[in-house]
Amino acid sequence: MSATSNTGIAFEKARAEGRATLVGYLPAGFPDVEGSIAALKVMVESGCDVIEIGLPYSDPVMDGPSIQAAAQQALDAGVRTTDVLRVVEAVAATGTPTLVMTYWNPVEKYGVERFAQDLANAGGAGLITPDLTPDFAPEWIAAADARDLDKVFLVAPSSTDERIAMTTAACRGFVYATGIMGVTGTKQTTAEGVAPLIARTRAMSPTGGTALPVGVGVGVSTGVQAADLAAYADGVIVGTAFVRTLLDHPGDRSAGLAALAALTEELAGGVRA
Amino acid sequence: MSSTGTTGNYDADALGWFGGPGAFGGRFMPEALIAALDELDVAWQQAMADPAFTGEFERLLHEYAGVPSMVYDATRLSEHAGARILLKREDLNHTGAHKIRNVLGQALLTKRMGKKRVIAETGAGQHGVASATAAAYLGLDCTVYMGEVDTERQALNVARMQLLGAEVIPVKSGSRTLKDAINEALRDWVASVDETAYLFGTAAGPHPFPSLVLSFVRGIGDEARQQCLDQYGALPDAVAACVGGGSNAIGLFAGFVDDPDVAIYGFEAGGDGVETGRHAATIFAGSIGVLHGARTFVLQDEDGQTVESHSISAGLDYPGVGPQHSALSAAGRATYLPVTDTEAMDAMALLARTEGIIPAIESAHAVAGALRVAKERPGQTILVNLSGRGDKDMGTAMEWFHLGEAGEQQ
Repeated sequence: MSATSNTGIAFEKARAEGRATLVGYLPAGFPDVEGSIAALKVMVESGCDVIEIGLPYSDPVMDGPSIQAAAQQALDAGVRTTDVLRVVEAVAATGTPTLVMTYWNPVEKYGVERFAQDLANAGGAGLITPDLTPDFAPEWIAAADARDLDKVFLVAPSSTDERIAMTTAACRGFVYATGIMGVTGTKQTTAEGVAPLIARTRAMSPTGGTALPVGVGVGVSTGVQAADLAAYADGVIVGTAFVRTLLDHPGDRSAGLAALAALTEELAGGVRA
Repeated sequence: MSSTGTTGNYDADALGWFGGPGAFGGRFMPEALIAALDELDVAWQQAMADPAFTGEFERLLHEYAGVPSMVYDATRLSEHAGARILLKREDLNHTGAHKIRNVLGQALLTKRMGKKRVIAETGAGQHGVASATAAAYLGLDCTVYMGEVDTERQALNVARMQLLGAEVIPVKSGSRTLKDAINEALRDWVASVDETAYLFGTAAGPHPFPSLVLSFVRGIGDEARQQCLDQYGALPDAVAACVGGGSNAIGLFAGFVDDPDVAIYGFEAGGDGVETGRHAATIFAGSIGVLHGARTFVLQDEDGQTVESHSISAGLDYPGVGPQHSALSAAGRATYLPVTDTEAMDAMALLARTEGIIPAIESAHAVAGALRVAKERPGQTILVNLSGRGDKDMGTAMEWFHLGEAGEQQ
């Protein structure tokens, strides 16, 4: 990697402030394309340091019922990959590092090179790939490296040390540590539960230069949890809680956005506690 | 069958690629499941190299499941077809389909790995029934995920699984069919992997499942090849099987891929006709993508979203296909063609009335395909895998043929 990752810079800035980074997730096109842009902008304004935009996919095996429902709503309304890139462009224009979280097939179908180029053109920072591990990602790694895009791969409590070393060596931006063994929005991550994975991830990360930040996600939904996790992790990643907030306000968009702002502020307070 | 599923030139490499690195197969899975897949891979390879394991598997297949199934010369059907049709009678296995071979192998492996619970997905319910059967027999807890649509059209199999002590969970997400049942089983597995084994129902999914499942079902083809030689003194000119995920087909084909003079045909579900868009002809009409952990042919739209498949047969109603079939197709070694609902149902009735055998609608696709092949190969010998029996499909048949009211049937 040549240029410094903007995502990495956001983590460094938070670290310099003695706090953790707040990463917020929402699927593009939920509740609709314009609605997702408005919601993500509220999350930026209310304290998310990094944004993760979900690319809705028909078969999201790492996601629980809430994110499935949101993605399905987006797909039923006809959201396309190009719409996702449009949302990325609008959110990245705020200056906040904006990643896309996507299952692999939509990228493969779009064309890996073409997706990487269009993502870079939209100002996107890179990809989080929940069902693509570095050993099966040579095409994506080459396309990302050619454009200085972030490659965020996942580590899990079940990962061996060897796989953590292999994964962190391939990451750019940060490494995504899944706090629990399970899908999104179903169980609660605890600091004690995830601490061993964070410690192993730090130990196995390539040394030299700035250490790769470790973000913890899956099973994180409250400010209290964010505060607990911030003591161990460089970043706290929240998705389902944002989605549920919007699902809970189906008919009233301004109430939904107000609730979204309140949740973001609670979480932003948590990572600073 | 003491090897780990070798198919000569058509094996997977160490990373699970068929047809060369990056071509078909591989492992596109959440990192959380990789350790479990690696553990399974190692345990499976060790088991297949251990005569105690393979011996126990063979014994169970024979004494419990009724394997080897017969190869039978379907003379009345042959007269109708204009070619000699041989049937590999997997419909006579315990639980009524080839699926028992795979689940007995995987459930034995589960016991060997010290796990106490199995999960499975099912479409038609055959794999679910087989899994519940193996779990009951070997004393394992069993949870089966089944699309809500399928629980309705295969209610009898739901009841069977429940009677066998399994919990059946109707899946209400997505298209509420087999693909969504697989998604839900994977979600369960991510959260339960320490104590749970996933009995994958077909020769698809992430490495090592395609090769592992093949190793347990390849007896179909190995037996049939030897039976043809012993009973008829010659190999068939062609072999045919239905292809959904493709486990019965790959099990049959594995016995013949290295016999260059034997033509290989896979018949996919053509549904209402490929031209209508309502079908499950994945290789014939799909494109290459990644679904359920493997690169393979997929029914998908321009954006890579999985498209709903359609078939009268729940067991073939799947928008993906085992990666080895994709590789065999790409290599030109096997030919994959669609068979419509109507052709399959006609073949079901024809087999019933000429041979006194009611096939599963899945298997009726293979019979229908063989009837077409017979027209191109008059007088030749075609071996068809009759992968399952039709008892479970009587509801569909009653509706299709207007049966059940004395004096009014066609």
